[in-house]
Amino acid sequence: MQKQAIFQSKLLPYALVAPQLAIVLIFFYWPALQAVIQSFLLQDAFGLSTTFVWFDNYIELFRDPAYFEAIVRTFFFSFAIAISSLSFALLLAVMADKPLRGSMLYRTLLIWPYAVAPPVVGVLWIFMLHPSLGVVSRYLRAAGVDWNPLLDGNQAAALIILAAAWKQISYNFLFFLAGLQAIPRSVFEAAAIDGARPMRRFWTVTFPLLSPTIFFLLVVNIVYAFFDTFGIIDTMTRGGPGTSTVTLVYKVYSDGLLGGNLGSSAAQSVILMIMVIVLTGIQFRFVERKVTY
Amino acid sequence: MVEDEGIRRYVAHFILWIGIAIVAFPVYIAIVASTQDNALIANGQMSLLPGGHFFEVYYQTIFVGTSGSTREPVGNMMLNSLVMALAIAIGKIAISIISAYAIVYFRFPFRMSIFWIIFITLMLPVEVRIYPTYKIVADLHMLDSYAGLALPLIASATATLLFRQFFMTVPDELLEASRIDGAGPLRFFWDTLLPLSRTNMAALFVILFILGWNQYLWPLLITTRDDMQTIQVGIRKMITTTDALTEWPIVMATAVLAMLPPVFVVVAMQKLFVRGLVETEK
Repeated sequence: MQKQAIFQSKLLPYALVAPQLAIVLIFFYWPALQAVIQSFLLQDAFGLSTTFVWFDNYIELFRDPAYFEAIVRTFFFSFAIAISSLSFALLLAVMADKPLRGSMLYRTLLIWPYAVAPPVVGVLWIFMLHPSLGVVSRYLRAAGVDWNPLLDGNQAAALIILAAAWKQISYNFLFFLAGLQAIPRSVFEAAAIDGARPMRRFWTVTFPLLSPTIFFLLVVNIVYAFFDTFGIIDTMTRGGPGTSTVTLVYKVYSDGLLGGNLGSSAAQSVILMIMVIVLTGIQFRFVERKVTY
Repeated sequence: MVEDEGIRRYVAHFILWIGIAIVAFPVYIAIVASTQDNALIANGQMSLLPGGHFFEVYYQTIFVGTSGSTREPVGNMMLNSLVMALAIAIGKIAISIISAYAIVYFRFPFRMSIFWIIFITLMLPVEVRIYPTYKIVADLHMLDSYAGLALPLIASATATLLFRQFFMTVPDELLEASRIDGAGPLRFFWDTLLPLSRTNMAALFVILFILGWNQYLWPLLITTRDDMQTIQVGIRKMITTTDALTEWPIVMATAVLAMLPPVFVVVAMQKLFVRGLVETEK
């Protein structure tokens, strides 16, 4: 696709793209390239000499059980967050899609958590569920649950998943509602006339017609869980107790913070880069399909 | 529809209010906690109703800060966040709209390569290049500065794509008409294209402002001085001390203050927000 009416100028277009190009090259490509180069090098303990070691950093990484655990954990978190948040948001969107009085008010009251920053989400949830002073913990203890996410790794993981899913409800709700409203009413009416009860209508009509939105949101939620949970984890558990809430992004951050192995940290970055490329690729292929749907 | 909708409608209202309650509860607790006495909270005796320390706590939070961990007034942190958020939002829009203009309205060597170079940055979020980027910013002496906070985040493939898409839909006649009026490329951009892009720019601004205000990982890395902290980083440092010393009412007041601007933007500019969100995800 190209415009027919254009301007003639030799220098102006370059001047116009220059600022963006400069920032992209200095702050995006150069560091990314550094990470790739660094991931093939091994630095001695004093940072005095470096040797080219091919894929040694990667091989070592995959031999490290801690890294393998972080991969599994990240995927587990992603799916748990995506599925719990998506299903709750879908329920709310289906309810809000009905012709109800005050539906605009409902929408407003459900979408604002989108604006809450991940570290704040972490603070809110750890305060509610703090073992000694949380208001919800009181009831959990009264119900006989031995609740202490600061000591119990599984409880800490559950807490992260809950908080991260909570934040994502509003985003998913908004896109589900838009998806539902795009389905022509006549389809539901036809199904109703054929005698399909509401539950059946949902599973045989709404759900299949909504599948592009569901798939799109699944990818977006997984990307969110990969990257944006960093703030939640950092304010809530700092990856602990032990390493039970360390995700891939958190590991790159904390390994680098300790000033440890530069090559390994770079290799971790490159692996993350590949994952983003794959996820973005999936997202774009799908968006192309949606256009011609 | 055919069946009796009465009961179903009540069920829908009921489920929606439960949803709203779940979504609002953590924030309600934060607001309540920010009006109470720290000793009560620390004992696990926090009341579920607002206390009487509202003015006292918020005054201390905004103008003084905590007495323990960081002695930085939260008012100052909010100012830092505001500068960063505005710089990111305005910067992204400005550099994206002019690059989209160049790519759509001019033919020049490497036009498409430049487009792809910008596009691929979508796949390089800051999380995958944390330390190398940190090193470059350090080498450029931009640690602890507004430039360091904003500049590395200012490129935007999404915004460039969005403006490119929009420019493609602008009828060619407009350009021909302004050319007949004797307007050059810059005049056409300023007098015709910018006014037409107003709604797009506003929708994008709402989203980018929220995104900028909520930045966390990057400011966490490059700010070491307390007076350069953004509010998101500041709140984390407030709960670093051992639990017994955390001043929870102040932490919660900070959480409320950190939420206030972006939530206000979402609620007050809901139409633009929804539009921006849907468009940037396409």
